[in-house]
Amino acid sequence: MTQQPILELKNVSAAYGRINAIKDISLKVYPGEVVSIIGANGAGKSTTLMSISCVLPITGGEIYYDGERIDGTPADLLPSRGLCQVPEGRRIFPRLTVEENLDMGAFFRKDKAGIEHDMNRVFQLFPILLERRRQHGGTLSGGEQQMLAMGRALMSRPRLLLLDEPSLGLAPLIVQQIFRIIREINEADGVTVVLVEQNANLALQASTRGYVLETGNVIMEDEAKALLANPDIRKAYLGE
Amino acid sequence: MAPAFHKAHKHVEFFLQQLVNGITLGGVYALVALGYTMVYGIIQLINFAHGEIFAAGGYMGVILISWLVSQGYPPFICLSVALVLAMGYCALLAMAVEKLAYKPLRSSSRLSVLLSALGMSIFLQNGLMLTQGVYDRAYPGEMVQGGFEIGGAVISYMQIVIVGITVLLLVGLNILVFKTRIGKAMRATAQDKTMSALVGINSSRIISLTFAIGAALACAAGIMVGMYYGSVRYDMGFVPGVKAFSAAVLGGIGNITGAMLGGLIIGMIEVFAAGYISSEYKDVFAFIILIGVLYFMPTGIMGENVDDTRV
Repeated sequence: MTQQPILELKNVSAAYGRINAIKDISLKVYPGEVVSIIGANGAGKSTTLMSISCVLPITGGEIYYDGERIDGTPADLLPSRGLCQVPEGRRIFPRLTVEENLDMGAFFRKDKAGIEHDMNRVFQLFPILLERRRQHGGTLSGGEQQMLAMGRALMSRPRLLLLDEPSLGLAPLIVQQIFRIIREINEADGVTVVLVEQNANLALQASTRGYVLETGNVIMEDEAKALLANPDIRKAYLGE
Repeated sequence: MAPAFHKAHKHVEFFLQQLVNGITLGGVYALVALGYTMVYGIIQLINFAHGEIFAAGGYMGVILISWLVSQGYPPFICLSVALVLAMGYCALLAMAVEKLAYKPLRSSSRLSVLLSALGMSIFLQNGLMLTQGVYDRAYPGEMVQGGFEIGGAVISYMQIVIVGITVLLLVGLNILVFKTRIGKAMRATAQDKTMSALVGINSSRIISLTFAIGAALACAAGIMVGMYYGSVRYDMGFVPGVKAFSAAVLGGIGNITGAMLGGLIIGMIEVFAAGYISSEYKDVFAFIILIGVLYFMPTGIMGENVDDTRV
């Protein structure tokens, strides 16, 4: 691939508490890709995403988005530039209604008609949210909250979407639905996706490429298909 | 008229009178309590300097109203112009206090910020004393005079004005917090600051705005208390401040409806306790309530379990 990466990390280090540190991480994501970052608990996957979103200040290295350096910019300026994250645990605003949660996803936007259009689109993708639109976010089930979190992210019309453990704690049927929608927004809307998952099998099947993280370091990167076929990876992360 | 009936009638009159006074005072406490509860809701800080903002509002009111009256403007103009200007002034003052004394301590322990708030309270009170003097300053007497009688209770026009302004401000605040986008952003920030940053909300700006709104409400309360009692003093913020804080705790700290309810209850209790038990100990009752609530019902009336109107 010769085009410019939409996201590039150059030797990034950061620390989140003491155990979840990352050291010298380098990775590239190209427009239109679905890239997964797999690894065990505590390998630094969420730390990586929080660093990209500029919520966590990095201690070394550089982060480029769209060719511009973004590390050190205030986190709240990134959504309007198309960089959006669905964090671990979904972090729905519990005492805002479903509708209000979605509206907050479009907080920086002023185009009323566009916002309404996108909200209808979210309701099309996740019909259950339409039924629950006046309910508080905190009263939804885990799967509904994951849908709401993704819907909220889509409300910002992202170009790069970071998804942190979208399958965590969900029933298999819901997980399938979530991954179908990830594929759909990637293929139909052209949203580039970075996917962090413990469920490596699922993540790699939905991805074009993957990075393997171990104790804060990238130990391997390859095409998703190749990683799925790699015996070491199969042994360590795919439960064989 | 039989004496017994006359006596009963007197009781009803007295009760009605206290009810009217209680609503007036309770509304004012509610306005101040909102500032405590909103700031607590968003940064978990008990803003001790809030009572001083109330006092500063009272002073700004007396200064502006005196000047406007001396220029010969009609009372309605004097009052509304003074209210708007003083509320703006207090909003800016509170934003400056936040920027100076609280924002640099955002990542420090809660105790540090609390102590900073105490320091700010002392600083502002002394500032008022040094610039305005230690003696009472009288509000122009000719502002709103007279009243009327209903069922034996005398309602002054001043009370009507105060309750009217209070209701207007409370309704306005409810619309702002629960109907507008900026209100949604305030509630989102109170609920999860990291996530609100991830959707593009600038939490510093929202926190600053919260201080400004709370201060504007306290300022209006300060002006109305000044008009009601006829004068202001540099230390007038302390006792109403603690009572309004009690009201916020009673209602469930962090909850907007709770603060309104708590203010009304504290005002009622104070007035009725003064009327039926002892007027000399009227200040004690609010504090008894505070201790009682903290001891038996720490989450307050609308706390934790009744979530709907927490910021």
